[in-house]
Amino acid sequence: MHKLRIIPKLVLIGAIASMTQVHAAGGGGPLEEADIDPGNIPSLQRGAANFMNYCAGCHSAQYVRYTTIGKHLGLSEEQLIDNLMFNANKTFETINTAMPPEDAERWFGSVPPDMSLIARAKGADYLYSFLKGYYVEPGSPTGVNNLYLPGTSMPHVLWELQGYQAANYSEHSENGIVTRQFEGFEPLTAGVLDAEAYDGFVRDTVNFLAYIAEPIRSDRRTVGVWVLIFLTIFLVLAYMLKKEIWKDVK
Amino acid sequence: MARAKAEVGRPTGGLLRWIDDRFPLTKTLKYHVTEYYASKNFNIWYVFGVLSFVVLVIQIVTGIFLTMNYKPSAAEAFASVEYIMRDVEWGWLIRYMHSTGASFFFIVVYLHMFRAMLYGSYKKPRELVWVIGMLIFFVLMAEAFAGYLLPWGQMSYWGAQVIISLFGAIPVVGDGLVEFIKGDYSISDITLNRFFALHVIALPLLLIALVFVHIVALHEVGSSNPDGIEIKDHKGPDGVPLDGVAFHPYHTSKDLLYIVIFLMIFSAVVFFAPEMGGFFLEHANFEPANVRATPEHIAPVWYFTPYYAILRAVPDKLGGAMLMAVAVLLPLFLPWLDKARVRSIRYRGWMYKSALSLFVVSFIVLGWLGLQPSEGIYVLLARIFTLIYFLFFVLMPWYTSIDKTKPVPDRVVYNA
Repeated sequence: MHKLRIIPKLVLIGAIASMTQVHAAGGGGPLEEADIDPGNIPSLQRGAANFMNYCAGCHSAQYVRYTTIGKHLGLSEEQLIDNLMFNANKTFETINTAMPPEDAERWFGSVPPDMSLIARAKGADYLYSFLKGYYVEPGSPTGVNNLYLPGTSMPHVLWELQGYQAANYSEHSENGIVTRQFEGFEPLTAGVLDAEAYDGFVRDTVNFLAYIAEPIRSDRRTVGVWVLIFLTIFLVLAYMLKKEIWKDVK
Repeated sequence: MARAKAEVGRPTGGLLRWIDDRFPLTKTLKYHVTEYYASKNFNIWYVFGVLSFVVLVIQIVTGIFLTMNYKPSAAEAFASVEYIMRDVEWGWLIRYMHSTGASFFFIVVYLHMFRAMLYGSYKKPRELVWVIGMLIFFVLMAEAFAGYLLPWGQMSYWGAQVIISLFGAIPVVGDGLVEFIKGDYSISDITLNRFFALHVIALPLLLIALVFVHIVALHEVGSSNPDGIEIKDHKGPDGVPLDGVAFHPYHTSKDLLYIVIFLMIFSAVVFFAPEMGGFFLEHANFEPANVRATPEHIAPVWYFTPYYAILRAVPDKLGGAMLMAVAVLLPLFLPWLDKARVRSIRYRGWMYKSALSLFVVSFIVLGWLGLQPSEGIYVLLARIFTLIYFLFFVLMPWYTSIDKTKPVPDRVVYNA
């Protein structure tokens, strides 16, 4: 069984590698850690509800079926229909948005991207930071800007929950070139949720996005453990076979 | 009794005899398997040939199942890959095995090639084994490149854009050639279709044919060994090399053990880190190809990055492309560049040992540099290590001919 110890090591290698390959879009501040828990089913259920209530109006998740969500998140057909399916009739349908793309283009300047794989493309930390990164910027089309995706055409959809905040910058002048350094956010108006509750809301939502990006993630890990147990037994037999056959070779 | 002698070891009746009278089945099995003798002192470096074959089988079998569900069309390719990942039963496993297999193919092939450099396996009389092997490597690169376009993600599209545009640097015919490869003015549905044809039919056929020839050539001259001496020089009264053991059951049982270990490492990646932190599956490739948006940072998959770094080390596009092509081709000439009287690193002097170490360092550093943006200190480093890469080959006739070698033993070194 000791061979199984290789798993955490390899996962660690993967984690280190992902740190060295910065894959998030450029922005003004360090990313905040999302700290999501893919095994936390209640968190994923809350995230699913958040997504349907706040995101799915504009963002599709066209590769994700309601039945898949129901299976992995322990939701019955009735629960899916009553709580998540605002825009679908049959549970085998995928998550589509009611907003026609032509209208989206006219209203926002671009069609809101599909969310099926956004967590694998951008990373959970980026999404978590992005949803917390809106700040007031008078003069911008939406009245806000985002620290992690400057000039985004997405409005601050969650303003009701978070409230509005301002971004504080310090200015440094060197050889006549002025650079702005992000110092932190400062709340301007209070939202329905306090800061901690809002973090939880965003964390659940990002957790759900990470889940739909690879719904079979937990399946593959479960299968992987059995495969490695099988191979470990096979390894012992293969070793004994080799020893037996080679014992006469001098 | 000449007839009786020819009959030795042949089945006297039954189905096998019936077949043997019409097809050299027993004869072939003996020649290539049960009476093919290879040195008993193979170390771990000698397993990567077999492992390359294992990965080839994995790629072909998973590839067949992927083809059953994949749609080679610009409108549907990306969605069909997600369909495989989500809706096809066990589709995720097939796809991850194939994507992980691509990277592992290069890992084992690079190590297999390095083995030949360690022990001088390419030297006379095995020049053709090496040359055919290099041809396999070139086809493998083309196969990997064509396959990478198929998921039709952002990096598929823009990676192909960068590489195909290199041909545009060729004077006079360049632009026409680029158009010829794409089959269109830009990378499009047509390009995807022809890359699909190349990836699933043309190149795999070529690959399998070359692997077959590689093994036939190897079995003609016999496998080398870590001491770099000919086991055929010392045969017993039965004509069997004294230091050789039959491929089956000796080497097969040893290979099986290593194959299981390999499969454990392979499975660990497939099941627990299929993206390998963005090295095996690049993050940008989870976004569908978008003609209107260039990714911030275009980098090829890790196995091409050493050559990509060499390409970018030259400020001129044509010069860079040519230098890269030469860098890929140069190892082909190793059998004639290497003038040493001994094969194995065990009996070579400090010069070759140092040169090979520097070469390995330069290859790894170039691989890392290929992932970095081409600016500032990285450009300078890429130039330095590109120079080392080339000097390893260019100076080889000189340093291998003056390098002091140690006496080679008569028989292979083996501790049971």
